[in-house]
Amino acid sequence: MTSLSSALATPFVVAKAPTRAAGLPGRGGAAVHARGLFKSYAGRQVLHGADLHIAPGEFIAIVGRSGCGKSTLLRLLAGLESVDAGLITLDGEAHSQHQSDIRIMFQDARLLPWKRVLDNVALGLPGRDAKERAREALAQVGLADRANEWPAVLSGGQRQRLALARALVHTPRLLLLDEPLGALDALTRIEMHRLIERLWLRHGFTALLVTHDVSEAVALADRVVLIEEHRIALDECVALVRPRARGPASAAYEERILERVLQQPEGYAQATALLPEPRPAHGLRWAV
Amino acid sequence: MVNRAFQRSLPWLFPIAVLALWQLSSQAGWLSTRVLPEPWAVLKAFWALTVSGEIWQHVATSTWRAALGFAIGGGLGLLLGLLTGTFRPAEMLLDSSLQMIRNIPALALIPLVILWFGIDESAKLFLVALGVFFPIYLNTFHGIRSVDKGLIEMARSYRLSGWQLYTQVILPGAVASILVGVRFSLGLTWVLLIVAETISAQAGIGYMTMNAREFLQTDVVLVGILLYALLGKLADLLAKGLERWWLRWHPGYQEVAAA
Repeated sequence: MTSLSSALATPFVVAKAPTRAAGLPGRGGAAVHARGLFKSYAGRQVLHGADLHIAPGEFIAIVGRSGCGKSTLLRLLAGLESVDAGLITLDGEAHSQHQSDIRIMFQDARLLPWKRVLDNVALGLPGRDAKERAREALAQVGLADRANEWPAVLSGGQRQRLALARALVHTPRLLLLDEPLGALDALTRIEMHRLIERLWLRHGFTALLVTHDVSEAVALADRVVLIEEHRIALDECVALVRPRARGPASAAYEERILERVLQQPEGYAQATALLPEPRPAHGLRWAV
Repeated sequence: MVNRAFQRSLPWLFPIAVLALWQLSSQAGWLSTRVLPEPWAVLKAFWALTVSGEIWQHVATSTWRAALGFAIGGGLGLLLGLLTGTFRPAEMLLDSSLQMIRNIPALALIPLVILWFGIDESAKLFLVALGVFFPIYLNTFHGIRSVDKGLIEMARSYRLSGWQLYTQVILPGAVASILVGVRFSLGLTWVLLIVAETISAQAGIGYMTMNAREFLQTDVVLVGILLYALLGKLADLLAKGLERWWLRWHPGYQEVAAA
């Protein structure tokens, strides 16, 4: 547990790129503090006293074995579910008051199949210029020419880009990414990494990425956090310059984190792997 | 090209052969006119009724009854389906009673309906409305309940709630299922109307058919039967058109539209 205590003791070191400061189109990032989070589903402990602190504009990746509670942590931060005990604040205030500052990108893009691409982006967007802003957001993810199509005809990567545009058009101060690239092929993933990084640098929001891919975490995040046994077990700063390229430096980070993940006793891992994901099952799904 | 033309004519081949055989056997005297009039006689009867204008009066009366009955029964089914699908307490309160009533065949109520409403318009409308109600109610309920929970969660996290959530996410998600109910109901409408119009009526296709039977005008009886088939098909086409428009986002329906 030395890694846990040392991580909490050290002040947040954020390696900010020089381009970040000038002319942010967004509203900047929010500071997120989560203290002593407890959550259980049907008597099964998922989070047991988890603490997480994120500086404004920081990019955090949360890794861990499947069923470790990383998605639950994201759902709690998103306000999709309530904590059993603990406190989550955004800029020092209860995060329930900041719901409009938080946006989520889901693993399955969750597009409305009956709305055209542009209307999907404009979902829940107030004001007369909603369509205009939606068009702008679409252009940022390179989908401007698909505005009038149905989501059903888009590829997996395009669907996630659309979901990203839909989240960004609200200029969130905290963007939560729930394994959004899990279902994409390797090339599309690399493209998406670059896109997400570029938009994050441009908008300056705080980002939290949940993933089970350690190399994805190292490619994107300022800090990689490992959840194990229901709490934060490792907090590793990734001091690599942006834009990041794969190389010996990133490989060394990946190896160190992976080694730590695999330290867990075999039997425990199997037991957790057998348990279902804590997310509620979805109902009937659209065949799109 | 020839192959394509052949494929297109294939569905017509069988009915045309049947018609030809029918016409032939009538002319040869194998089929009595009292059993089945020849197709040519049916066509002539249809023409005579059209020219005299009598047929339009009956078609208009029947269509009006079908439309009104469908609107009342279908509208109530949609409303109650939305209510029980959306609110659990409404489901607890109403659903089991409705399921019980659903299992009574609408036509079994004819004696009671005649006692309640007499033999005028309202009895016919009641029968049609009752029969049409349940398919739409059930499919609306099912459609609302099976909307993707992930989409609702997403919409809520995008600050959609109440009416907005309902009209932009829940209702469009249920439309496919509701339309299945509509198509099923449209078929039922005509079945129920035929029976209802034979109870006692002063106009309508059913009246025309029953009247013709009294005078052994089998050709007019056949015209009536064909009219029901034609109107039923027309109603189905209308429902299909609605599907194509409302479900144009759905890949399953886009293929149909392209074909």
